[in-house]
Amino acid sequence: MGDKRIRITTVSQKYIMALAGIFLMLFLVVHLSINLLMVVGDDGKLFGQAVQFMLTNPLIKITEYVLFGGFIVHILLGVILWAVNNRARPVKYSKSLKTENSMFSKYMIHTGVIILIFLFIHFFHFFFVKAGIVPIPEVAEGDKHDFFSMAVVTFQNPLYSFIYLVSFVFLGFHLKHAFQSAFQSLGLNHNKYTPAIKFIGTLYAIVISVGFAIIPIYFYFFY
Amino acid sequence: MKVTLKIWRQKNAKAKGRFVKYKLENVSPEMSFLEMLDYLNEQLIKSGEDPVVFDHDCREGICGACGLYINGRPHGPEKRTTTCELHMRSFKDGGTIVIEPWRSKAFPVIKDLMVDRTALDEIIRSGGYISVNTGSAPEANSIPVGKHLSDKAFDAAECIGCGACVAACKNSSAMLFVAAKVSQMAFLPHGKPEAADRVQSMVKKADVLGFGGCSNTYSCEHDCPKGIPVEFIAKMNREFFKAKVCKQKVE
Repeated sequence: MGDKRIRITTVSQKYIMALAGIFLMLFLVVHLSINLLMVVGDDGKLFGQAVQFMLTNPLIKITEYVLFGGFIVHILLGVILWAVNNRARPVKYSKSLKTENSMFSKYMIHTGVIILIFLFIHFFHFFFVKAGIVPIPEVAEGDKHDFFSMAVVTFQNPLYSFIYLVSFVFLGFHLKHAFQSAFQSLGLNHNKYTPAIKFIGTLYAIVISVGFAIIPIYFYFFY
Repeated sequence: MKVTLKIWRQKNAKAKGRFVKYKLENVSPEMSFLEMLDYLNEQLIKSGEDPVVFDHDCREGICGACGLYINGRPHGPEKRTTTCELHMRSFKDGGTIVIEPWRSKAFPVIKDLMVDRTALDEIIRSGGYISVNTGSAPEANSIPVGKHLSDKAFDAAECIGCGACVAACKNSSAMLFVAAKVSQMAFLPHGKPEAADRVQSMVKKADVLGFGGCSNTYSCEHDCPKGIPVEFIAKMNREFFKAKVCKQKVE
């Protein structure tokens, strides 16, 4: 056991990654629930109240820091594991059939990187405005928390709407594997419950990606 | 049958390998895959060429010595079949068969299709045993074991350590192997006293030896000739967590 090179085993890394992932998946549910208030047809009134609650609740403030931690841990471990796994087969096969039972698992790093790039674009539109890094767009009239107006201008731009929609498709692919994989990594595999977990995971991935996709579609076509 | 073989030839671990094509005629569909290679080697020897080196021993699917990556899959196209139990009738007459060794940093090529799988033995040596003095067999009913648990332990113990899981995995991960070896003992009372140390040592050893981590792709389960399920990997993860959290530090 004396090898100093391996400090945290891959099993531990996956464990932490799964916990961070589950936390991020819960965050997505909260994020989506609030965002869908934008499309209820009241010009963002209800949404504005929800934003106000999120901005003023001290528990949410603390959770925001935890969320950033979760993101950073999840991304860092993802890259570290990818590098370790990549090194384990220096000479590749000339021919390799696809025999995996979870197709998206092979592309977690790729879908992950796409989501990360999307995250930066997304931050430029909203979070960085709130944080004061990016100037407040004119439409928000000096209110850095007027996310509804910011969403309207962002999604009436066809390029941004398209980028968001494509990103949600990849987010769906990422989540499709992520949900059931997190349970497996945490050691929760049981022949009675695993089929249900897989089903819920697929449903979750669809609901999240379609749910988020509704927003740009609504603002581009119906607002 | 007539087949074209595309076989990986490599002089030793350090040499650069390459594919060499061989055309083989009069192959009987009833030949086993290894008999077909024996047949090829007879002809190579007769013509003064170096025969193709490959691993094999029992040739009845229980020792785990054979293992070739055939047409993009470990142990070839049939499910739950080792290379030695594969027959030529599973291939198309006139077709091409690509044969490669297991490819993993932890399995250096010895020659041609034969790889050094000592790494798997190293993992066993790090904890895959029970430290009891052997003596006469204990009275059968002195340690009760539930039927359900003994069945599970046996399912895990079916692993023959061939390394197909490593060969199949995109990460060359040995986790299915480690999981089977950890689980077969963790299910039984005999394995409990050392369970915490065992799982930690074996998991760590696999990492140190250069096997990748598990991405839950489940190719291993798909290609395991003994059908070891990935639920044992979850069992290993559980055992590992239990060991990390519950085990007291010993000076």
